Amino acid sequence: MSFTRFMAIARKELVQVLRDSRSLTIVLVMPIVLVLLFGYGVSLDLKHLPIYVYDRDGSQQSQDLLKRFQSNEYFDIVGVAGNYHDLTRALDDGRAKMGVVIPWDFSQRLHDGRPASVQALIDGTDDNTANVLIGYAQGVVQGYSSGIQLDWLRDRGQIAQPAPVSVETRTWYNEDLESSAFIIPGVLALVMSVIGAFLTSLTIAREWERGTMEQLVSTPVSPLEIMLGKLVPYFLIGMVDVIICALLALYWFHVPFRGSFLTLMLSSAMFLVVVLSLGFFISVIAKNQLAASQISLLATFLPAFLLSGFLYAIEQMPVVLQWITRILPARYYVSILKKVFLKGSPAALLYADLVPLAIFTIVLALLATRSFHKRLT
Amino acid sequence: MLARLKQMLIKEFIQVFRDKRTRFLLFGPPIIQMLVFGYAATFEIRHVPTVVLDLDHSQESRELVSRFTSSEYFDVQHQLTDSRQVGDVIDRGKATVALQINAGFAEALRKGQTAPLQVIVDATNSNTALIASGYVNQIALGFARSYQEDRINRISPQLSERIPSVELEQRPWYNPDLRSRWFFVPGIVGSLTLVLVVNLTAFAVVREREIGTLEQIMVTPIRPAEFILGKTLPFFLIGLFDVSLIAFVGTLWFQVPFRGQLLVLLVGAILFLLCMLGVGLLISTVSATQQQAMVTAFFFIMPAITFSGFGFPISTMPRWLQYATYASPLRYFLIVLRGTYLKGVGMDILWPQMLAMAVLGVGLLTTAMLRFHKAID
Repeated sequence: MSFTRFMAIARKELVQVLRDSRSLTIVLVMPIVLVLLFGYGVSLDLKHLPIYVYDRDGSQQSQDLLKRFQSNEYFDIVGVAGNYHDLTRALDDGRAKMGVVIPWDFSQRLHDGRPASVQALIDGTDDNTANVLIGYAQGVVQGYSSGIQLDWLRDRGQIAQPAPVSVETRTWYNEDLESSAFIIPGVLALVMSVIGAFLTSLTIAREWERGTMEQLVSTPVSPLEIMLGKLVPYFLIGMVDVIICALLALYWFHVPFRGSFLTLMLSSAMFLVVVLSLGFFISVIAKNQLAASQISLLATFLPAFLLSGFLYAIEQMPVVLQWITRILPARYYVSILKKVFLKGSPAALLYADLVPLAIFTIVLALLATRSFHKRLT
Repeated sequence: MLARLKQMLIKEFIQVFRDKRTRFLLFGPPIIQMLVFGYAATFEIRHVPTVVLDLDHSQESRELVSRFTSSEYFDVQHQLTDSRQVGDVIDRGKATVALQINAGFAEALRKGQTAPLQVIVDATNSNTALIASGYVNQIALGFARSYQEDRINRISPQLSERIPSVELEQRPWYNPDLRSRWFFVPGIVGSLTLVLVVNLTAFAVVREREIGTLEQIMVTPIRPAEFILGKTLPFFLIGLFDVSLIAFVGTLWFQVPFRGQLLVLLVGAILFLLCMLGVGLLISTVSATQQQAMVTAFFFIMPAITFSGFGFPISTMPRWLQYATYASPLRYFLIVLRGTYLKGVGMDILWPQMLAMAVLGVGLLTTAMLRFHKAID
């Protein structure tokens, strides 16, 4: 291992990235784009959901109930249906997410003291939106129901009693339930995996494909020097990207930062080594840029996106998949990120994630060094 | 013309299918991604890890807790004994929800006062937190309601028989059990097709340029139009095959219903493929190397998927972004996919989507061809 030779390769690689102005913009702009993309584009804060109403009763009571829907910030009454067909059509073509139908005997039933029911036809295509809709609609109807019950009791000389139970919910770590605070920390893992997967997996494959690998092999450079020389520039770029992302998260999206900066940098460095080693390993095997890029997409980006807990809660996955996530470095990194940004967990709680991540770092780095030989077959 | 085109097609097909890795790439990753995505992507919230701290030890508090225990949404794992444990359990991530019933709960209920139920939710995942607290509210309200009914019944059985009430009768259409999988699987068909076709097309042309074989082709009598057709037609066919394969595997494996007409979906898929070929060609005209092509493709793919309504409702995005989503062909194809799969609607409802894709497709392909001519000259 010669430092001069290592520096020569690293310099060559860095020059290659810097010279290619598009690649450079991309490695620096990509983190910004990804953070903005997920910060703005990914939100589950559902409000103003379009609904249709179909009032078959047309009474004072039914109008009162509909007014409650109208004044609720979660619903926007975008249409009034005159028959079931209108309602069906609005749900079919997506103009409405829910249709509220008030039956023709609604006020009559209330008057007679019988239970009345209101139908909610919900577009269940998107189950998450549907769940949230149902929750809000239940809230509106139950509020209305207990209101008329109180009035009814009061009219009959009963003392109106307040609701028996109140729910006092405190949400920890992300007090306002901001989607951006939940999602943006995990974007760092995505950025790292894109860099690791895309850029490194192409560096070796490119040399093979263009035939420059033969030239490299004929020089006195050792495999380890080639590897380090190729990876170190991308490592530095990756660390710059971490800082860019963190700054954007803190100052643009106002995501809280409650942990230590040192933990953030340390775990990011480890995860970078993981994805860079993996990308390098793949490009050694693939020897073809298209194959390298697609396989590394599968090996790094996909797990970071799907199986890390970045968006989809791991506890909700099938058990087998939950086991699989345990052998994915991205899972531990995302967990650390969320703790560092939102929870500010003490060091003792971070070891459970830091130790596995460190093990992956060492194993994959070794694997990458072993995989690469200067052979021309 | 036809003879030359035929030669070109033969060459392309040989090139694609000759390489074992590329062969695998055409069919392996899409199927793996379909399976992983189908299992991992879920916003369903079931069996949320929950702890209970019951400091009241009354019949009422036990009754309330048992409503949570018997609910499929909560998985009550521990009964705590000390309020200091709550913070620790949530910090460690052992539980997402903690329910605390303070001493005096039953007494307040009996006196007709409002008895509080304290809830602490780990909102690191804001979506889980939102849905879980919705379920907590529903269960607590259900308890309150039956307690109220019992109370009125005790005071005066005659009154309780005649008290009016309103129920919400919820009927989720298209996806009655609100399964996330039904929502995601049709979407995955669209987004995987997008990734595959754009990457393959972009790479195919750029590789010829990078290796230098593009010049060799240009000195043959092949005309640019024939070259473009020869390059895109194979990927169009492969894309069509892949859409069918992914759709077939996803539908059968995950048992998602297909309620519409196959022909409508086919028309949608063809129009969508035209758009994606256009994008792939456009990317190839602005990229000199495969690495550039890949990164440029990534910059198209990420926003195109994020802003399509694939995972997150478009209605929650900022207004200006909602307008931007009209530029993503995937937005329209997803409506066609979900419309044919889940809603079972036909052309009478989906024609605006088809039209939009046709316009985008023609626009993209024309621009790509014009640019391509220039790039060759």
